[in-house]
Amino acid sequence: MTAVQKNVIKKDNQFLDNENVKALLLFLLSLGIFLLFWEMGAKLKWFAKGMPTASLTIQELWYWVTHPFYNNGPNDLGIGWNLLISLRRVAIGYTIASVIAVPLGILVGISPVAFKAFNPYFQLLKPVSPLAWLPIGLYLFRDSELTGVFIIAIASIWPTLNNTAFGVANVDSSYLDVSRTLGASRWRTIFKVIIPAALPNIISGLRISMGIAWLVIVAAEMLLGTGLGYFIWNEWNNLYIPNILVTIFIIGIVGIILDQIFAYLEKLVSFGKK
Amino acid sequence: MTLDTLDSDSIDLNNTATNYQISLRNISKVFPGNNNLLDKLTGKTKADFTAIEEIDLDIEHNTFVTIIGPSGCGKSTMLDIIAGLSTATTGTVTIDGQLVDKPGPDRGMVFQNYALMPWMTVKDNIGFAVKTVYPKMPVKQQRRIIKENIQLVGLTGAENKHPHELSGGMRQRVGIARALAINPQILLMDEPFGALDALTRGFLQDEIERIWEQQRKTAIMITHSIDEALLLSDRIVMMTKGPAATIAKVLEIPFPRPRDRTTVENHPDYLKLKQQMEDHLYRETRAVEASRIK
Repeated sequence: MTAVQKNVIKKDNQFLDNENVKALLLFLLSLGIFLLFWEMGAKLKWFAKGMPTASLTIQELWYWVTHPFYNNGPNDLGIGWNLLISLRRVAIGYTIASVIAVPLGILVGISPVAFKAFNPYFQLLKPVSPLAWLPIGLYLFRDSELTGVFIIAIASIWPTLNNTAFGVANVDSSYLDVSRTLGASRWRTIFKVIIPAALPNIISGLRISMGIAWLVIVAAEMLLGTGLGYFIWNEWNNLYIPNILVTIFIIGIVGIILDQIFAYLEKLVSFGKK
Repeated sequence: MTLDTLDSDSIDLNNTATNYQISLRNISKVFPGNNNLLDKLTGKTKADFTAIEEIDLDIEHNTFVTIIGPSGCGKSTMLDIIAGLSTATTGTVTIDGQLVDKPGPDRGMVFQNYALMPWMTVKDNIGFAVKTVYPKMPVKQQRRIIKENIQLVGLTGAENKHPHELSGGMRQRVGIARALAINPQILLMDEPFGALDALTRGFLQDEIERIWEQQRKTAIMITHSIDEALLLSDRIVMMTKGPAATIAKVLEIPFPRPRDRTTVENHPDYLKLKQQMEDHLYRETRAVEASRIK
């Protein structure tokens, strides 16, 4: 073994030199400082009146995580039930949106004329906040549950539609040349070449849609009753800040999990790209 | 260029009088620019671009033809027209007397960028071609064809790998196997080794020579490499520079087959032919550069 090789091995063995270890230590350090600052600040009344301490908030978090499911009526429902209600609304609305957006996106993407003709609708509706649809939903359905689902569907349709149409319209032309030289039928080309080639775009569209759906559900539920959004709103009415902080944390964690599911799917269809 | 005694307008379907398999008659390709009123109003006019002009070429059965010429001379345009991927502005292409107007599995194509489907394994890429062209063939026979062609290009053991797990040379082997698996009458290759390093290129040239000796399919290949053309071809078509490129000269390559690098390089005509090609390419490439400076 040469001196250089020995050196390399020695370096690898130095635990603290590892980038991930360094990052973890920095993360823990910053978290510690943050919690300490919060605790002291709250105790010494540096912040707004009634600001809870970090220790109280963590106690509440522990309480909610260990007692997620109980039911004492709509204004005192365990956080687990509220989470499941939110997830159910997202699942239904999101599924409806995807079932419409993916086939429609494929149809629009296949035809350059359709792509150009329908693009203005997508571009116009994409930047509109889904909450702007809330009155329309309430007016149409006269039902808070259906309105919630409607808002999720309308919020999560655009990214998937847009990405699917873009992916289908921009399939590598050499794949299409292969299909043409083999004399493949239109249907065979669509199902065996165009859709698989556009799949990475379709999945990333679905991922963005899921992110938006999860953002929107909390805001929509504040106006609807039940669900995590309503839980936050209810705690605001009770003026009990620790539970609001706990819910924000839980919403974040669930958001990460949902996003990671799609990150995994993206990896499955990337085949060496990225 | 071989003189064609047949009147091109009276193409005989039982074309036994001549041995020509592929005939190009008066082929020109003009890529239209932007010249309509709207373009003139917006000031975005662009002149028409004539890529190739009045190309006549006849190719006999079972010959290996290479097309060589300076960059941008419309070699790929010509091959795309033969493949049916692009249509000629004027002129006709016939294969065994049949007019070519669309792509078809009688012509197997090998692409410069391999054009493998990244989501399909080696086996599936070749299988896609076989199943598309022979949908009614029994599955067992399809599998046998796939296996044979993987074997032919020396990729046994890599059947279940995806293209991104293979080297460039291995990917192009899959491309070649896919083109051959549909048993085409004609093999079209658009700079098949252009993206490969010199050593891999050499391996694949030897491989093509070996496979060609076995199957003797009519092949048309585009290349930039003089040595590659001399090793593989029966005839070399040298093109002039573009725009409006046309055929400058067709060289007959007399080397006996089967060939290998050493016997080809020791043939008495080798240096003379090589010199002739170098002179031509050098002259045309200089002319391309000169026209860019103007």
